[in-house]
Amino acid sequence: MSFKLIRQALNGNGLLPRMWRSHPVRDRYDVVIVGGGAHGLACAYYLAAQHAITDVAVIEKGYIGSGGSGRNTAIIRSNYLTPEGVRFYDESVRLYEQMATELDFNVMFSQRGHLTLAHTDGAVRTMRRRAEVNKLQGVVSELIPPDEIERLCPGIDVSDHPRYPILAALYHPPGGIVRHDAVVWGYAHQADRRGVHIHQQTALTGVDVRGDSVVGVETTGGYIKTGTVLNATAGWGSTIADMAGVRLPLTTFPLQACVTEPLKPFLDVVIVSGSLHVYVSQSDRGELVMGASVDPYTSYSMDSSLAFMEGIAGHMLELFPFLSRVRVLRQWAGLCDMTPDYSPIMGFTPVRGFLVDVGWGTYGFKASPICGRTMAELIAGERTPDLIRPFRLSRFEEFDLVGEKGAASVGH
Amino acid sequence: MLILSCPNCGERNVSEFRFGGEFNPRPPNPDACGDAELAAYLYLRDNRLGVEKAWWYHQAGCGLWFLAERHTKTQEVLKTNVWQPDEAGEGADGD
Repeated sequence: MSFKLIRQALNGNGLLPRMWRSHPVRDRYDVVIVGGGAHGLACAYYLAAQHAITDVAVIEKGYIGSGGSGRNTAIIRSNYLTPEGVRFYDESVRLYEQMATELDFNVMFSQRGHLTLAHTDGAVRTMRRRAEVNKLQGVVSELIPPDEIERLCPGIDVSDHPRYPILAALYHPPGGIVRHDAVVWGYAHQADRRGVHIHQQTALTGVDVRGDSVVGVETTGGYIKTGTVLNATAGWGSTIADMAGVRLPLTTFPLQACVTEPLKPFLDVVIVSGSLHVYVSQSDRGELVMGASVDPYTSYSMDSSLAFMEGIAGHMLELFPFLSRVRVLRQWAGLCDMTPDYSPIMGFTPVRGFLVDVGWGTYGFKASPICGRTMAELIAGERTPDLIRPFRLSRFEEFDLVGEKGAASVGH
Repeated sequence: MLILSCPNCGERNVSEFRFGGEFNPRPPNPDACGDAELAAYLYLRDNRLGVEKAWWYHQAGCGLWFLAERHTKTQEVLKTNVWQPDEAGEGADGD
């Protein structure tokens, strides 16, 4: 890339070629993917790269990566609670490890280690169980005592002074952070190169279902004839499914996050506390990127609230008292489509050709590559890959849930 | 900040309340429900972008569970009321 940059600078011809192009919306595609986030674009990329399905449109009502993909706190990990979850997210971590090479784009994946703090005996028990489940699946994960936490993260208050002293932590060395925009752009670039059409500023307005099959979609760019529609719209999943007459077990909650002004590097691990409802990492620019649990009631509004800021500031100061003078630069919210069991919903619905990749709650970004790959496999092969069978929509009717509440989020 | 009107106590800050989920009437005869109907009642939600009728609990106040109709985007609260036995929601007809 750097040689390319130098060459472009010297030859004076101006800009590098566009990473993805605009096209007129065609009136038919083999596959229409709704939602130009990391999931939708990854699926488009894998369809083209691994299954030679290139007649694909990704439609996005805003700009690509403007939803959850650009609003998350970019944490990657695989230390989940259920064997199904651990297997799935671990495959995702492996794909993140190869991503920069595969997409020929630097996604700045930094496997700096991930610590989940336990402040209660109950939490310590859950961590111990998670560590054992993780190890059985070959994931590096162990319970460590407070002095070890302090060695890995100087500055954290491991004394017995805070209201909820730190008792132990689940240490997951392969966990880390990635540049989330780069993931979106990398997939968009490689999908575009292989012939996928990315339509930004194009919203879905209807799904044309005849009998029990999809035959097309109505968009602000016109009618598109297609037999396969993938709903990859995160927080808006229910509204899109409603257009196809499919009711989903989703409730949409906003999740807020914020960044502070840049500080000298002091935090080279990711710190998460379920009991204090906070997670934090330091970006390459030195900003502290922080998030909390979802807002206390359902909403499609992405407004910031003072209640969130007060809560997260208080919890952060319990962990890092020396941050009391640090100022916050930005605060924002994204929409999370929560499921009853804190696991996603992937695959077929009762409407033929209408597929879902939703229910990603607060944990969708870290699963982007593996979701893209497995959903592409599902679309190309018209059968559910084994890795995502546990996440099928019909599990609710079969009362075969995958309970990830203990490891998937901090809001419990 | 969202202000909700508790039918007992009047207008209060939302932080006094706990959200109790979308209003979701129980099937008329739960014992006779098939798996699909029971799963639909337990798990499926409208999750509407628009006016949603939902349960709220006045946790830091009088302890009343009541219903509020609120727009999930604009946060405008159209109505709050005490539950009535004939309360019908969208979906109450078992669709």
